[in-house]
Amino acid sequence: MRIRERIIETGLFFSALSSVFITLGIVIILTYESFGFFKEVAIVEFFTGTTWMPLFAEPKFGILPLVSGTLLTTAIALVVALPLGLISAIYLSEYAPHRLREMIKPVLELLAAVPTVVYGYFALFFLTPFLQNFLPELSGFNAISPGIIMGIMIVPYVSSVSEDAMKAVPMYIREGSYAMGATKFQTAFKVVIPAAFSGIAAAFIMGISRAIGETMVVAIAAGMMPNFTFNPMEPVQTLTSYIVQVSLGDVPHGTIEYRTIFAAGMTLFLMTLFFNIIGFWLRKRIREAY
Amino acid sequence: MTRSAIELKAEAKNLNFYYGPVHALKNINMPIERRKVTALIGPSGCGKTTFLRCFNRMHDLYPHNRYEGEIILYPDKINIISPEIDPIEIRMQISMVFQKPNPFPKSIYENVAYGLRVRGISRKGILDEAVEKSLRGAALWEEVKGRLNSLAVDLSGGQQQRLCIARALATGPRILLFDEPTSALDPTATSKIEELIIELKNEVTIIIVTHNMQQAARVSDYTAFMYLGEIIEFDKTDKIFTAPSNRLTEEYITGRFG
Amino acid sequence: MEDIKKRIKNIKLWNGIFSIVSLLSTFVGLVLLFALMTDLFMDGAPRISYKFFTSFPSRFPEEAGILSAWVGTLLLILVTAFAAIPLGVAAGIYLEEYAGKNWFTDIIEINIANLAGVPSIIYGLLALGIFVYFFKFGESVLTGGLALALLILPMVIMATREAIRAVPNSIREASYAVGATKWQTVKWHIIPYSTGGILTGIIIGLSRAIGETAPIITVGALTFIAFLPASPVSTEFPFISFKWLLDPFTVMPIQIFNWVSRPQQGFHVNAAAAGIVLLVMTLFMNAAAIYIRYRFRKKIKW
Repeated sequence: MRIRERIIETGLFFSALSSVFITLGIVIILTYESFGFFKEVAIVEFFTGTTWMPLFAEPKFGILPLVSGTLLTTAIALVVALPLGLISAIYLSEYAPHRLREMIKPVLELLAAVPTVVYGYFALFFLTPFLQNFLPELSGFNAISPGIIMGIMIVPYVSSVSEDAMKAVPMYIREGSYAMGATKFQTAFKVVIPAAFSGIAAAFIMGISRAIGETMVVAIAAGMMPNFTFNPMEPVQTLTSYIVQVSLGDVPHGTIEYRTIFAAGMTLFLMTLFFNIIGFWLRKRIREAY
Repeated sequence: MTRSAIELKAEAKNLNFYYGPVHALKNINMPIERRKVTALIGPSGCGKTTFLRCFNRMHDLYPHNRYEGEIILYPDKINIISPEIDPIEIRMQISMVFQKPNPFPKSIYENVAYGLRVRGISRKGILDEAVEKSLRGAALWEEVKGRLNSLAVDLSGGQQQRLCIARALATGPRILLFDEPTSALDPTATSKIEELIIELKNEVTIIIVTHNMQQAARVSDYTAFMYLGEIIEFDKTDKIFTAPSNRLTEEYITGRFG
Repeated sequence: MEDIKKRIKNIKLWNGIFSIVSLLSTFVGLVLLFALMTDLFMDGAPRISYKFFTSFPSRFPEEAGILSAWVGTLLLILVTAFAAIPLGVAAGIYLEEYAGKNWFTDIIEINIANLAGVPSIIYGLLALGIFVYFFKFGESVLTGGLALALLILPMVIMATREAIRAVPNSIREASYAVGATKWQTVKWHIIPYSTGGILTGIIIGLSRAIGETAPIITVGALTFIAFLPASPVSTEFPFISFKWLLDPFTVMPIQIFNWVSRPQQGFHVNAAAAGIVLLVMTLFMNAAAIYIRYRFRKKIKW
């Protein structure tokens, strides 16, 4: 009996440990292949170069165009996702009648479940032609349309985490405000949002990290042009869509071209890791607050 | 008790209150005298807090609540619980201090200034003056005058509660409601709050719900004993505690139930 | 008094304006989603037919179908489920019921939270390095399924933990009080009572895996496959074959991506049609998950 219990516990323990091995695996693979890459390409050139042409006969390995493409699409997505996500979280947490909230929340979850490749289709064949009605100079591939669609895609994440944080603000704090004659609007903005600040910040950070890592929407609709630009009307390439582009081709294992995707992956991983850590720390702070 | 001798601030007339199907207050009639302390006592669930929260329409925050009857506010003779009266208008005139200190996650200064800011007042001169006056009124000024910009949650429990009193005072309320204001505090902080309540009645009419009968005896001029949603007995506090006319009241104040 | 009334009117006006704005913002996403879906259906519905499901991809859009794609998706999810569910549920049980509160479990916790935020394409790079080149599974169904399993493992673990955490302590104490061991308590009480939550998490995880494209592209799924993997059942002894695990494959989202990337309009119609099929699959799974959660929440009362 006791041995059986022991065996079971050990098995469960190693299952839990597996998650650590995944992280280790990611770090080791990325580091190993990037190391091979940086033996041939100077780190300085990589991080400061403004031309990314790794597959050309005379390759150039400046990552900045991919980083600028990533930041540009991310920024557009955030301009859409953060206000919409926060405002709808306020609505759901402070205004919506209980019944309506119970109905809207599952539908918002469905919004998060639509496959990203379908969102990519929308960006390329629906939003871009639509925007071209107003912006005739907009090219068929551009940063703005996948950026907006990504923003819509992220809204449910931002809104659900923000709403959880606002719901965690105890009712007696709100009552203190209402008892002074404050409206819901005043209570939401002057009391609930400041009190839920860490959680809302965590939601924003999660949104940023998700936008940075999103792949298919930009791979489909942003074009595959490593442009060092911050003009949303032009086609761009992100870190993620570059990896897709190389993976689709026939790049032999072990070559420098093959290793570029790991160098790009490493850059991407570090960027999201930075935001994930901040987000984790912020969420931990909410749990301690009440 | 002669009605003509007292000056009324408010009066409940045939007040009934329902939480959905639950009939929580039954036919309440009671006067509130101006610039006196009226205490509501009774066992848990007797409806005393429910009654108190009618005075500033806190029940309007939750669905399925329903008032019947009147609470008349003098001298304008408006019916506080009338559906035509905006609860916000009522709450701007009738402030409340809660069971658990509930300062906002803001600075001491902003907590006190909150009610004025809600009213759209933002002139620094007016705010500064109101904050100092209210903090003095709540006997907190000396303790916090050097750190008005530090966070309110860093204060002790008793100080937080006095801050909440200052917050309620800042808008010059006509009635101040206290919902068991000392139940979360230690004895020293409690006696400070009690002294403050006795002092405050020179300026404002006070209604206090309390669990603690000694507290009612110490701070109030009138006491109402409530049981199962009804007022069993209402009279001068001395009378209630020395010669109650109802057997239930007597059993409660002598500690035989409740 | 008049002054106050005017001020109240002013602040209530703002309150009213904001309540409308916030209601609209909440519905913007929903309305847009509805518009997009209508667009997708209008584009793709004409192409959906029996033949569309039973044909291989082709150079001619009218003849192309999604047979290899949906079979591939099905097989891939089979692998993913077999790998991720036992591992994830076991890990969740360990973290909630067995692990003490110490630095080690803290690390696992931070690690899982971080993994949940790692972009999916990174999992693709991991699978490329480990499964394709280290274990030499090649660009196969097995590699793709395992890549997705790694991706949804944090989701399964977190859902399991949350479901277990909802089981009140009194249940555990009641079980221990009659002399049950830890595993007996877990097997007879904790797992049955948290099944609803765990199942919900698993289905949502698998539905996300079905829609994932990036990691599958990275491990080298082919975009043009005009054959099916070997059949898992055969007429000869031993009747079951695992040869399909090492066969090359394609999946629904990759087929869509491939068609979207082509210039001919006809393929865009195919992409929309396949998009409808994929969308229906994931929305159906998510609706099932929401329903299960609702049912179990109603059934169990503590």
